[in-house]
Amino acid sequence: MSTHVVPVRVYVTVFVCLMVLTATTVSVAYVNLGAFNTLVALTIAVSKMLLVVTFFMHVRYSSALTKVMIAAGVIWLMLLMAFTLADTGTRNIPLQPEGWGEATVAPSTNR
Amino acid sequence: MTEASAAHTAEHPPYLAHHFTDIEQQNESGTLGMWLFLLTEIMFFGGLFATYAVYRLKYFEGFHEGSHHLSVQFGALNTAVLIGSSLTMALAVRSAQLGRRKAIILFLILTMVLGVLFIGIKLNFEWSADYHEGLIPWMGFHVEGANAAAVRLFFCFYFFMTGLHALHMVIGLGIMCVLLRMAAKGRFDSGYFAPVEITGLYWHFVDIIWIFLFPLLYLMGGRY
Repeated sequence: MSTHVVPVRVYVTVFVCLMVLTATTVSVAYVNLGAFNTLVALTIAVSKMLLVVTFFMHVRYSSALTKVMIAAGVIWLMLLMAFTLADTGTRNIPLQPEGWGEATVAPSTNR
Repeated sequence: MTEASAAHTAEHPPYLAHHFTDIEQQNESGTLGMWLFLLTEIMFFGGLFATYAVYRLKYFEGFHEGSHHLSVQFGALNTAVLIGSSLTMALAVRSAQLGRRKAIILFLILTMVLGVLFIGIKLNFEWSADYHEGLIPWMGFHVEGANAAAVRLFFCFYFFMTGLHALHMVIGLGIMCVLLRMAAKGRFDSGYFAPVEITGLYWHFVDIIWIFLFPLLYLMGGRY
């Protein structure tokens, strides 16, 4: 908990940034960027989250203990995402990708 | 009351619990505890987000088609409403830190009005339209086409995630009613404002969930 009183100016600036980022993410969605649409949407969402956490939730003014604990939680979430997608995203990959021609080495049977 | 306990009570203000050294330590513990709770909530929503990602990648076209049934206008409007309510909540916490009773009440009411507005827009313009268009699974769902099953799965995610988010908002509004009552009774001053600060953390967390739900459900993959 911060006994640090944040100036109103900071809150209003953060609010304006969040609104601008919202407008940006909506407008970008109507432009065809292919796979980059998803990347832009996620990058903007993460930026907005960081703004809210840093200023509205006072993490910038919090103790080191609080910061470390939040970081640990976020890393745990990353593990959940990374391992889940690493698993489901790499299922059913053929041993020999298409167009690589005939296998020259017979698949090993002793494993 | 014994002499010893009377002397002890005189040493610290009534809102400082017996087992804390000073108000800073009490506040620090309260915030840390709230963050711990929010981290469990992050893991709870995180499981949903991970599942959503897995199915979105697997049934990309169906999910893309599903998201095109949603209204970006109302989604964006609600994002703005919720960000506005985060601003007023932050200002309510600031007023509490400064011990300004009337300002706390004003900003809490503004936050609640915006919160109710969010749920109102969601119910009145989005969920009811979804019902009439037959987009709610198990409630007259009818979408034609090759991707119908995947679209249905998308809407299962959509209603579960936005419903869970709305439930969190309703709980937040309930907590704010209690805060309003406490503020009206003059329970907060510049020394004691932990309940307002902690409710603020919760409300901002709910805002963050929506900050991710909006692009994930409405925008991802583009709307062109």
